[in-house]
Amino acid sequence: MQITVTVNGAEYSREVEPRLLLIHFLRDELRLTGSHWGCDTSNCGACVVWLDDTPVKSCTVLTAMADGRRVLTVEGLEQGGVLDPIQQGFTECHGLQCGFCTPGMMLTARWLLDHNPDPSPAQIREALSGQICRCTGYENIVRSVLWASEHRAQ
Amino acid sequence: MQVPAYVEYEKATSVDHAIALLARFGPEARILAGGHSLIPMMKLRLAQPETLIDINGLSELSYITVTDGELRIGALTRHAQLLDQPAVGELFAILHDAEKVIADPIVRNWGTIGGSLCQADPSEDLSAAFAALQASMVIQGPDGRRTVPARDFHTGPYETVVAPAELLTEVRLAIRPGGGSAYEKVGRRVGDWPVGAAGAAIWLVDGTIAEAGIGLTAVGARHFAAAEAEEFLRGAPAGEASFVRAGEIAAEHCDPHSDQRGPADYKRHLAQELTVRALRRARQRAAQPSAPHRVAGRRA
Repeated sequence: MQITVTVNGAEYSREVEPRLLLIHFLRDELRLTGSHWGCDTSNCGACVVWLDDTPVKSCTVLTAMADGRRVLTVEGLEQGGVLDPIQQGFTECHGLQCGFCTPGMMLTARWLLDHNPDPSPAQIREALSGQICRCTGYENIVRSVLWASEHRAQ
Repeated sequence: MQVPAYVEYEKATSVDHAIALLARFGPEARILAGGHSLIPMMKLRLAQPETLIDINGLSELSYITVTDGELRIGALTRHAQLLDQPAVGELFAILHDAEKVIADPIVRNWGTIGGSLCQADPSEDLSAAFAALQASMVIQGPDGRRTVPARDFHTGPYETVVAPAELLTEVRLAIRPGGGSAYEKVGRRVGDWPVGAAGAAIWLVDGTIAEAGIGLTAVGARHFAAAEAEEFLRGAPAGEASFVRAGEIAAEHCDPHSDQRGPADYKRHLAQELTVRALRRARQRAAQPSAPHRVAGRRA
């Protein structure tokens, strides 16, 4: 089937199988490999991207469902060579070790800060509760989001 | 790598179109709403529909309104939208209790109310919550609309009364005075299905329970309800002794099975204890003067 999806502001039209999962479309078809393909069971959150205005687990969304919609991936966080504050926060606070969960964590955190610019550590943990860091680096992930909340984009 | 098997795909442009597509493609077609139950089942080949009929574009099925003394929830309303609406929690606190412990925030962004109910998983929290609230479900098909009580909706594990050419469109909850409700769940970890859970809704008149609803999740209760415990509570004083007895009755009449989430006797214990806890909290809430109910009239 023919679909058209706007990913990080650029429009892509492709012929895809209806069963193609969004994560595989992003990674294999568009070569946007920043979104990671993890547990395959909508548990780990490594594959989180935005579909229109909300974060979703892209291993559990068909590409067909994104037809006519907007997708934001980690590649779209940076604007004109300037890192998003959330990316800067993960850099400043050592918010990643192996980095596998990081893209999903950052996309959910960006959404949280858009809706709640000054979240408490508990609110950050709740927002990220559907995502797993196998390195168990949660303390620094929370610090990274707090850093971003204190250093908003100019 | 888990991917669904080959499947055809159709995008519905209206409720009538969705029903026409269901009629055309027959019983091997499935409605695709949030997909957060269906797609994982397709990956595992537990579901293998021939055709998916995507209703995600049907904004007319996404709404929360108060109309004619009822809270009405469109079937395509996402879990997160139900949780974001303060009036839902004020009217039926059990729904917010349950929604907070369904999966995780990201899954709740896309999973839908109607999808959860039609999936009819025996461990689905909302099915018990709606059973406790004595909700009714609006189902639309080629011959028009029909309304069925929540307790007639589920016919067994993964089975509902929704016929192959029909679509669940709305859940309705009557707003009655003196009501309070709560949901109590025990899970192995955050975001998991329950080991066991119980929901309670009571309506008080002068300290007496005029009407009661008890919903049970994952413990083999018929229609997700504890009908014998409800019968006992009707007309009983809204106090600890009544609640403890109701918990015992609920536990006696459910039929839990041992599995990886726990042994049957522990689940039966949960049915008893969580029923009591839910009743206590429901009574506290029923005793509070209700705030005026404002719903933003969202037709998202």
